[in-house]
Amino acid sequence: MLGKLTWAAIPFNEPLPLLTGAVVLIVILAVLALVTAKGWWPYLWREWLTSVDHKRIGVMYMVLGLVMLLRGFADAIMMRTQQAVAVGDAHGYLPPQHYDQIFSAHGTIMIFFVAMPLMIGLMNFAVPLQLGVRDVAFPVLNSVSFWLTATGALLINASLVVGNFARTGWMGYPPLSELPFSPDVGVDYYLWSLQISGIGTLLTGVNFVTTILKLRAPGMTYFRMPVFCWTALAANLLIIAAFPILTATFVMLLLDRYLGMHFFTNDAGGNQMMYVNLFWAWGHPEVYILILPAFGVFSEVVATFSGKELFSYRSMVWATLGICILSFMVWLHHFFTMGAGSDVNAFFGIMSAIIAVPTGVKVFNWLFTLFRGRIVYRTPIRFAIGFMVTFVIGGMTGVLLAVPPVDFVLHNSVFLVAHFHNVIIGGVVFGALAGYNYWFPKAFGFTLDERFGNASFWCWLIGFYLAFMPLYALGLMGMTRRIEHIPDPNWRPLLLVAELGAIVIFSGILCQIAQLYVSIRTRAQRLDLTGDPWNGRTLEWATSSPPPPYNFAVLPRVETIDAFWHMKRMGRPPIGPAEVEPAYESIEMPRNSPTGFITAFFAVVTGFALIWHIWWMAILGLLAAAVTVLVFGWSDDREHAISAAEIAQMEQARLGRGRPA
Amino acid sequence: MTIAAIDTGPAAVPTELARGRGGGGPAPKRIVVAYGFWIFILSDIVMFSGLFAAYAVLSGNTAGGPTGPELFNLRNVFIETMCLLFSSYTCGLGALSAERRQPGRLLMFSALTFVLGAAFLVIESTEFAGMVQKGAGPWRSGFLSAFFTLVGTHGVHVTGGLIWLVYMAAQVIVKGLRPVVLRRLLCWSLFWHALDIVWVGVFTLVYLMGDFL
Amino acid sequence: MIDGHEHVFDDRTPGVEEHEPTASYLSYTAGLGLAILATIVSFVVSQTNLLWPPGIPVGLVVLAFAQIGIHLVFFLHLGSGPDSTNNILALAFGLLVVFLIITGSIWIIANLNANMMEMSSAGP
Repeated sequence: MLGKLTWAAIPFNEPLPLLTGAVVLIVILAVLALVTAKGWWPYLWREWLTSVDHKRIGVMYMVLGLVMLLRGFADAIMMRTQQAVAVGDAHGYLPPQHYDQIFSAHGTIMIFFVAMPLMIGLMNFAVPLQLGVRDVAFPVLNSVSFWLTATGALLINASLVVGNFARTGWMGYPPLSELPFSPDVGVDYYLWSLQISGIGTLLTGVNFVTTILKLRAPGMTYFRMPVFCWTALAANLLIIAAFPILTATFVMLLLDRYLGMHFFTNDAGGNQMMYVNLFWAWGHPEVYILILPAFGVFSEVVATFSGKELFSYRSMVWATLGICILSFMVWLHHFFTMGAGSDVNAFFGIMSAIIAVPTGVKVFNWLFTLFRGRIVYRTPIRFAIGFMVTFVIGGMTGVLLAVPPVDFVLHNSVFLVAHFHNVIIGGVVFGALAGYNYWFPKAFGFTLDERFGNASFWCWLIGFYLAFMPLYALGLMGMTRRIEHIPDPNWRPLLLVAELGAIVIFSGILCQIAQLYVSIRTRAQRLDLTGDPWNGRTLEWATSSPPPPYNFAVLPRVETIDAFWHMKRMGRPPIGPAEVEPAYESIEMPRNSPTGFITAFFAVVTGFALIWHIWWMAILGLLAAAVTVLVFGWSDDREHAISAAEIAQMEQARLGRGRPA
Repeated sequence: MTIAAIDTGPAAVPTELARGRGGGGPAPKRIVVAYGFWIFILSDIVMFSGLFAAYAVLSGNTAGGPTGPELFNLRNVFIETMCLLFSSYTCGLGALSAERRQPGRLLMFSALTFVLGAAFLVIESTEFAGMVQKGAGPWRSGFLSAFFTLVGTHGVHVTGGLIWLVYMAAQVIVKGLRPVVLRRLLCWSLFWHALDIVWVGVFTLVYLMGDFL
Repeated sequence: MIDGHEHVFDDRTPGVEEHEPTASYLSYTAGLGLAILATIVSFVVSQTNLLWPPGIPVGLVVLAFAQIGIHLVFFLHLGSGPDSTNNILALAFGLLVVFLIITGSIWIIANLNANMMEMSSAGP
């Protein structure tokens, strides 16, 4: 009846997951109870769960990413602590079977449910505003994308209390991930959760490429778009081109596990190396999907807080597109040691070195933008400067690893772990936090507290260096990754420094939580009444904070790069007190839709059922999801009109709140 | 329905004024929907390329079992190919009928397309069933896993396309040829032509190259 | 659509008013004919020695590309004007990625396979 699911799936004999699971469950129930008691369900349903507004969806992605950051970080600090104590005769508190699940979950969660949602959230929020339009090309699909991502996150977290997670590492290499060696549900949790959220991500890619290429304000030709939109375009092109590879690869592994096929098995003609090859053909573009939006955030932040136009817009664009194309030509550097000949290794090593060049171009452009600028120090620019130092170091170790003979020594050592955390934390996380601080006032109408923002920055920066610089040294000393017992006591001092770093990062996270709490409590003192708290350059700052649902009552007419800056200089606000009231017309906006939420609900049911081999439930879930799609595909009354009178009212209210003439 | 629907116009349009691709403001909905679907099709083709790559790499891994040339019936493959090709043709003629707002002719061509597509599926399922009966199912070897998955995924797409076609016919009958229905028909025909393109890859690389890979 | 008063520089919807009926039927029928021809040639090439045998794989690939081209031009009406640029660029990007994955995988795996230890038998 219930497939493989029995009471034994709940870890009654493992205190840690049991306790964690109980705490999480209690918190969730408490939140649900609070919402019910306060009668917030109608509001939540109407304004958030069924919203197809890109601004709302962007905020929900950010919430998902930041909450999952806590889970991923919990895994991290558990690993650091284990490695700090389990030296010599001591064996720490985590048995290997458990430790393996933790590092697998850490990587999977951080990449798919922290970094991706944070970047996609920022793109969702800012891109349509920067393009001067009212929403993305396919708003309902946007909602579906978010909810499918949330489904994946839910399934992974369920593995903590019902069953177990994969023990294969976040990449899931066969033969370990095949049935003979991973007969339990762990790998199935991994595969289904990522397949489901992968559909969401692919739809996001389609949505944003179409939006950026086909929907922009009048006058905004491609070379007048903000650089963040260019990097968003490149990242979404990569999503479209790379995620299907992961889909195909996971399909093959699932077929091996569920139908006894032989793509990657040890016997009957399987080839495990093909999995590694295809996985990284996706995996390398994936890291560029993560970093390109962060680069875009930094371009915006550096220009805005230097009070200067970004240096060499055109070379930024070409560098971005260059990175986009080149990212498909380097993937073998993730498996130099798998045994390819020197010609293959040399080709990919050289390409990996070359791809550093366009990034270097970008770094110089940012530096030249800062040079002779009038820099205003706020949290976003601090993260940008921290990024520039940190990411360059990480990039250099990357180029070092790109040399095959060096990689033969350092592959799968903690040197590698230090490198990728260097670029991901220094690049993606700092970019996410910069973007979060930068666009927060636009989303919520008040800025974040600056002191706690400053504190969080320094904690993240110092914590990062303490946590990961020792790993470079340890890697050179021979320490491999993913070990839960430290064989060499000489490594211990450095591991203790790393543990200290993790604690400092934790303080940084606490500062951010405090920042949010304090900012909300004292928001009356930091209201953004003009919509332009940073003296911005791009069109999102031309709206109120938060913007009305339709973003722009009249689509702005764009004539240059940095359209809003130009409008301010010309003394011509795009919308605002003018001698003559603009003639408002009614605007068609997409209606809310429960399609995303309902599809995701059935996706959870189907995914869970497939993981536990509850076939009848899987079939029903799939049918229900199909019916949802069919119902959506039949409807054609998806828009409602906001009347000109309503718009006039909203615009008057906004203008009355303090916009300077 | 054609890709011309996505992006055609007089060649002398100045970029400043062109909608969508230039400075003329947002593109109209039909263009947006068609382009978005085109991008989605390309992503689907990338997914197929992953399966093609796996097939290319595993095609020699027969694990002592049957090889392609031993199993393939090229006469049936030719018939399948013709069925799908002609269905693309009838799909195109249906598209013309839709453009000319002739729902009756559209439904006729849709029915023809359906029949040809269904014929393709019948031949293919018979082929699969025959292979399984001979002990050459997808669990026999890496080669067969890759074969069944690549060709089978294409078949699943064709099946989905036929279900969608029936759904579209229902929409045409109930709602008539409104703009939203026309947009969806455009997407459908892009999908159907793309499937024929993928099939060109399949019959060339899987069936015809059998002896040489 | 040009309504006589304002010029909306837009992507024209095909087949409406301006399109000549015979031109489109011709396009589809020509495409069908060419595709049938290419298919027959593919089958013949692969099953006979009309083409120099070592060149057959290349020949088949070329014919496949020709068929795909026929589909793109005659059925999907992919043109060369500036208005088709977005579509062509997207297609080119997709094809580049497909090419890299397929040829890259074949090259890499062949190389890896060659460096694998010899198996004592052909496999279980």
